[in-house]
Amino acid sequence: MKVKWLISGLIPLLLLVVVVAWVMINGAGIEKDPAAPIEVLNIERINTTHNGFELSISNTGPDSIKIAQVIVDDSLWNFSVSPTETFKRFEEGVVTINYPWVQGDPHVIKIITENGIITEGEITAATLTPERTLSNFLNYGFIGFYVGVVPITLGLLWYPFMKRFSRKWINAILALTVGLLLFLFIGTLSDGFEIGAEAPMVLQGNMVVILGALLTFILLIGFDQYQQKKLQKKAYSPLNIALLMAVGIGLHNFGEGLAIGTSFSLGEAALGTFLIIGFTLHNITEGIGIAAPLLKMKPRIRDFVLLGIIAGSPAILGTWFGGFIFSPILGALFLGIGAGAILQVIYVITKMLINDHKKHSEPTVSWLNFSGFTIGLLIMYLTAFFVKY
Amino acid sequence: MSDEKNVSRRDILKLGSAGVIGLAGSYLLNTIPGLTPAIKAATPGGNKHDNMNHGNMSTDLSKSEGYLMAEKLLTTFDYGKVSTLPSGQILREYDVVAIDKEIEIAKGIKFPGWTYNGTIPGPTFRCTEGDLLRFHFTNSGSHPHSIHFHGFHPPEMDGLDPIYPGQKFTYEFEANPYGLQVYHCHVLPLARHIHKGLYGNFIIDPKKPREPALELNMVMNGYDLDLDGENELYTVNGYANAFMNHPIKIKKNQLVRIYLSNLTEFDLLNSFHLHAVFFTYYPTGRNDNPSQFTDTIMQCQGERGIIEVRFPYKGKYMFHAHVSEFAELGWMGFFEVE
Repeated sequence: MKVKWLISGLIPLLLLVVVVAWVMINGAGIEKDPAAPIEVLNIERINTTHNGFELSISNTGPDSIKIAQVIVDDSLWNFSVSPTETFKRFEEGVVTINYPWVQGDPHVIKIITENGIITEGEITAATLTPERTLSNFLNYGFIGFYVGVVPITLGLLWYPFMKRFSRKWINAILALTVGLLLFLFIGTLSDGFEIGAEAPMVLQGNMVVILGALLTFILLIGFDQYQQKKLQKKAYSPLNIALLMAVGIGLHNFGEGLAIGTSFSLGEAALGTFLIIGFTLHNITEGIGIAAPLLKMKPRIRDFVLLGIIAGSPAILGTWFGGFIFSPILGALFLGIGAGAILQVIYVITKMLINDHKKHSEPTVSWLNFSGFTIGLLIMYLTAFFVKY
Repeated sequence: MSDEKNVSRRDILKLGSAGVIGLAGSYLLNTIPGLTPAIKAATPGGNKHDNMNHGNMSTDLSKSEGYLMAEKLLTTFDYGKVSTLPSGQILREYDVVAIDKEIEIAKGIKFPGWTYNGTIPGPTFRCTEGDLLRFHFTNSGSHPHSIHFHGFHPPEMDGLDPIYPGQKFTYEFEANPYGLQVYHCHVLPLARHIHKGLYGNFIIDPKKPREPALELNMVMNGYDLDLDGENELYTVNGYANAFMNHPIKIKKNQLVRIYLSNLTEFDLLNSFHLHAVFFTYYPTGRNDNPSQFTDTIMQCQGERGIIEVRFPYKGKYMFHAHVSEFAELGWMGFFEVE
């Protein structure tokens, strides 16, 4: 019986193999060479070195690609390719070009394949790509520290001030947090799409962001339910909410660090110190958000330290990753996860707010809460002026 | 959390001190390379570019298919099948076939060309003033084509009527006037048909022969690889940097005559510049046209002329388009005088 059952499962599979084999041998009846050769060459990263440029490239097209010529700034230029000039599907390699680039100037590199297909890479403002030295590592770490740990710690400092608030005012602060988080959620998603779009087409960067967000959201909700069942608790632990929020915001800050690290290493961030101050102001509200759920309990000092580190330090990792490694697809994945985590916190806080107001027979969308929510969104929107350029 | 400790204001201030540490770090920020970019840009000699590779002399000595085509076109002239008519007039008959063919236009790059007799530019037809010419044209390509010759001929021989794939047509006319002419396809859309490679030089020698010389044929052209209406590569005789890596050998003080034409599509002008010496330029190859003694001339599309020059010293003389962009995108070469 069991054999029969197994066979019934294998039959469609075998038929599929037969069909695929038949199509492979005889063709699908729509045999036609593409009108133009389909070639997808990705320039994943351009490093600017003392001698010129180093391009990390990969072939994600359907067929192998042979690199024939390189044009830099409208000039045919000598180059070398490792491992070889021919790239099989999904093969990666490096094109090295010795070129007298000019500090601060834009440079355009065109790679021409055997079939005359041109892939263009652009350097917006040439500057030496930071080498992986200890001092650069520390410098980038400092940027991340500024953008992540400092503002969040400062934001948490409002805790004693907020602690004296009445229940209604605390709820308004929670509503404000929801506003902040909603802005962060949308921002994280759109950052994810932006970075995802740079990833090779075949990896579907945008889909990775969405999948990352959805799966994280559902996974966290599931994990939460499991924990509550285990602990026989009905309400969410405030510390747990704060922790979750810290994780979500941490991943968001990772994304910010990523963007900063990448643009610095590519010479795109001209605003420098001003940008860092902007991020510090922008992110200070994140600290307030994390502190908000804790107003109803008595947290320990080490909880704050933990929250600050969890939410802030990923920015340091982000600047390192963006400045020294950077892979668009991994960046997209991290941002997707961050968005999912933030969405889950929004869900939890909103639910908590609704339950609390129900318990006291009040409307959830009170003027106070509505104002809090709106102010939360507006604070994020306005402080974002410092970091958008 | 039974042993939990309330957070005092003092503790909170401790937390805040993390921010102070950060402030201290701000001094370090100024030393990060990415943060202070723009200012250095204009400082000449300020960077380490002295070490960088400014020369880009390619040392590719291989003779690829594309180079061999360019080399062949440099010195090969098609005089046709010659016979004498009862009237004593010389009859020259040429076979011309339009073929779709992939041409190597720079090392490793193939261009899906439309060609006359399989090369870009097409063969250099040559005859003498007053000869009767018959061009037996067969279109073996995938699109209608024609041959439009510059020079005197009856309007029905002008090459405006498309000859469809598989069809034949014979263009017949008397060779006039003497000089350097060009020919090209005249089927619409014109830019596409010409840019794809259907053009070449057409030399009508004067009855009184020119002074013997080393004669070279050069057609300037460009290639638009991504069909965006801009050329990516420029060449003489169809192959980028052909005579850069394989200089044209010349004897000291030998008279050199270059039949030069411009069939570059999309760009308004092309030019020819010779280093270290001057040449005499006869527009359209006519001795009765005002000539120029110079080292740089320009030609619009379809313009052509004859360059005559002698090299007084041994060594390498560079020649290239004096549009720097074209030069660096493949239109550069050397004469090597021995």
